[in-house]
Amino acid sequence: MSVLIYIDQAEGHVKKASLEALTYGAKLAAQLGTTAEAVVLGTVTEDLAALGKYGVKKIHHVSNDTLNHFDAQVFTGVIAQAVTAANADVVIFSNNVDGKALAPRLAARLKAGLVTGAAALPDTSNGFVVKKTVFSGKAFANVAINSPIKVIALNPNAFKIEAGEGTAEVAALNATVEASKVKVTQVNKVTGEVPLSEAEIVVSGGRGLKGPENWGMIEELAHLLHAATACSRPVADVHWRPHHEHVGQTGLAIAPNLYIAIGISGAIQHLAGVNRSKVIVVINKDPEAPFFKAADYGIVGDAFEVVPKIIEAVKKLKGVA
Amino acid sequence: MKILVCISKTPDTTAKIAFTDNNTKFATDGVQWIINPYDEWYSLVRAIELKEKDPSTVLHLLTVAGAEADPIIRKALALGGDEAIRVNADSQDSFYIATQIAEVAKQGNYDLVFTGRETIDYNGSSIGGMVAELLNLPYVALATKFDLNGTTATITREIEGGEEVCEAALPLVVSCQKGMAEQRIPNMKGIMGARTKPLKVVEPAAADTLTSIAGFELPPAKAGVKLIPADNPAELVRLLHEEAKQI
Ligand SMILES: Cc1cc2nc3c(=O)[nH]c(=O)nc-3n(C[C@H](O)[C@H](O)[C@H](O)COP(=O)(O)OP(=O)(O)OC[C@H]3O[C@@H](n4cnc5c(N)ncnc54)[C@H](O)[C@@H]3O)c2cc1C
Ligand SMILES: Nc1ncnc2c1ncn2[C@@H]1O[C@H](COP(=O)(O)O)[C@@H](O)[C@H]1O
Repeated sequence: MSVLIYIDQAEGHVKKASLEALTYGAKLAAQLGTTAEAVVLGTVTEDLAALGKYGVKKIHHVSNDTLNHFDAQVFTGVIAQAVTAANADVVIFSNNVDGKALAPRLAARLKAGLVTGAAALPDTSNGFVVKKTVFSGKAFANVAINSPIKVIALNPNAFKIEAGEGTAEVAALNATVEASKVKVTQVNKVTGEVPLSEAEIVVSGGRGLKGPENWGMIEELAHLLHAATACSRPVADVHWRPHHEHVGQTGLAIAPNLYIAIGISGAIQHLAGVNRSKVIVVINKDPEAPFFKAADYGIVGDAFEVVPKIIEAVKKLKGVA
Repeated sequence: MKILVCISKTPDTTAKIAFTDNNTKFATDGVQWIINPYDEWYSLVRAIELKEKDPSTVLHLLTVAGAEADPIIRKALALGGDEAIRVNADSQDSFYIATQIAEVAKQGNYDLVFTGRETIDYNGSSIGGMVAELLNLPYVALATKFDLNGTTATITREIEGGEEVCEAALPLVVSCQKGMAEQRIPNMKGIMGARTKPLKVVEPAAADTLTSIAGFELPPAKAGVKLIPADNPAELVRLLHEEAKQI
C-alpha cells in the first residue's frame, strides 16, 4: 500500500501546486502508516531526487517524448501503470488545469471514489472523509470515499508546502505509452506575468476604474508586489481586460494569500471566485459596497487618489526608487 | 453529426447557502433553480451554433435527475436542441452520474459530448473526464474555443498562464467554459417550440456509488473589516506588511 502523488510539470519544471500535493500526500501517508511515492511524466530538467525533502520516498519517472504534450487519455493510461507499480490505494493530484482532466479519468478507470477540490487532509478516524469546497467556496462538504482505491485532487494554495530533509529514489518506469489522439498545434503563454491560478498576491480591478486606459496603476502595483492581475466579469466582457483575467462564479476561482480589489462592488458572483483568499483588501469609494463585508482591510476612497499613494508606500517598503 | 450536451440544475447564483437535517442537506426552501451557467452559456450555446452551421446535426440534451429538473431541461430546450433525455435518478455521486451519461452516449452513438467546466454547487469538474474514460474517448477539459472542420475538431483550452490549441478527430468529450460562446436569452418562439419537443425519461442503468456526503459546513465568519482612512494609504501597506505579513 502507498500514497501516490502525481507531479505536474511544465517545460521540465515542477509546478508549485505539485509541491503542495507532495507535502499533502506525504502527510497523508504518515497518517495512514504507509509510504509516499510519486510519478512524473515527460522530460524533466529539475533534480527529482531532491523532491524527497517533501517526504516522498520514491519517484517513478516515465520519460517518453509523447508525454511532453498533455493528453488526458494517454497520461491516465501511464499513471494507472504507476498506481500498479507503487501498489497505491490513494492517488493525489493538484486540482489545477491538468489535474481536473486527469483525476476524474483515473478515478473512473480504477473505479475509485473521487474528491476534487480537497481543502484539508482526510479524516481517517472513522472511514475516509475528505473536506472539499462546494458552492463556489461558500461552503465545505465532508465527502466519504467508500471504495478501496481513492483519488483526491487538492485545491491549489490550500495546503502549505513544507520541506524537510531527504532525497527520493528515482526509478525509471517502463510503461506502455499509447499514441496520442490529440495533437497540440500551438501553445500561447502569457510571458513575463505571474499566472493567475498560481499567484500568491492578486491585484484586481472592476468597473470603478472607468476604462482600460486606467489599468497602468493596477499593473504597476501588481508588478511591485510580484502579483498577478485580475478583473471582474463586466470588465472582461467589454474587453477592457483579457478574458483569462475574469475571476468569479463563471470565471476563474482563485485562492491567493492576498487579494486586492479596486473599484469592484463585490457582487455575490464575484465573491464566489475569490472568497477563499486568505486576506482581502477592498478599495471602493462607496462605503456601502458589499465587498467591505467580505474584506479584512478596506479603504473608503477614490481609487485614483488612493492607489498611487499605495504604490508610493510599497516602493518605500521595498526600497525601490 | 450527433451531439450530446449534458445539462445539470444548480441553485441560482445568489441563493442563500444554508443546510438542514443536521447539516447533511442543502436547504432548498425558496431556492430558485437554474441551468448550471457553464452548461447554459457555453456548452449548449456552442452546440446550437454548430447545429446552425450544419442543420443536419442532431442535438440532444441530457440530464440525470428527478422530475424536479423538468422545468430546467425545458428551458434548455427553449434555447435549442431537438430532444431531451432525463435519466430518472437522484444521485450525488459523480461516478454514478457519469456512468448514466456514458450509457446514454454509447446507445446514441454521439460524435461529440459536451459538459460544462463544473457545476457551481458541487464544483466537481469531474463528470466530463469520467465520461470520457468510460467511453474510452479523448478528453479536452476547460475548452475556451471549439471549431469543427468535417470530423476534425480544433480546440483551444486553458493551461496555466496561457492557452493551448489542439486538434483531435471525433468522437470526443469536451468540457466547456467561458470563451466558447456568448450567453443567449430564449425567445418566445423557442419557449413555445420547447413545449412540443420530446423529453424522454429513461430509468438508470445499474451503477456503483463510490462517495457519499457526510455533512456540510460553512466557513468561519470573517472578523470584520479594518478600515483605514483614505488620506493614509501608507498605513494599509504597513498593516499588510507587519500585521497580515502578506507583503
Ligand atoms: C449568473 C451570473 C454569473 C456572474 N458571474 C460573475 C463572475 O464570475 N465574476 C464577476 O465579477 N461578476 C459576475 N457576475 C456579475 C456580477 O453580478 C456583477 O455585475 C459584477 O461583478 C460587477 O462588476 P464590478 O464590481 O466591476 O462593477 P460594479 O458593480 O459596477 O461596481 C463598480 C464599483 O466601483 C466603485 N467605484 C466607482 N468609481 C470608483 C472610484 N473612482 N474609486 C473606487 N471605487 C469606485 C463603485 O462604488 C462600485 O462599487 C455574474 C452575474 C450573474 C447573474
Ligand atoms: N446530474 C447531471 N446530469 C447531467 N449532466 C451533469 C450532471 N451533473 C453534472 N453534469 C455535467 O457535468 C459537468 C461538470 O459537473 P461536475 O463534475 O459535477 O462539476 C456539468 O457542467 C454538466 O455539464
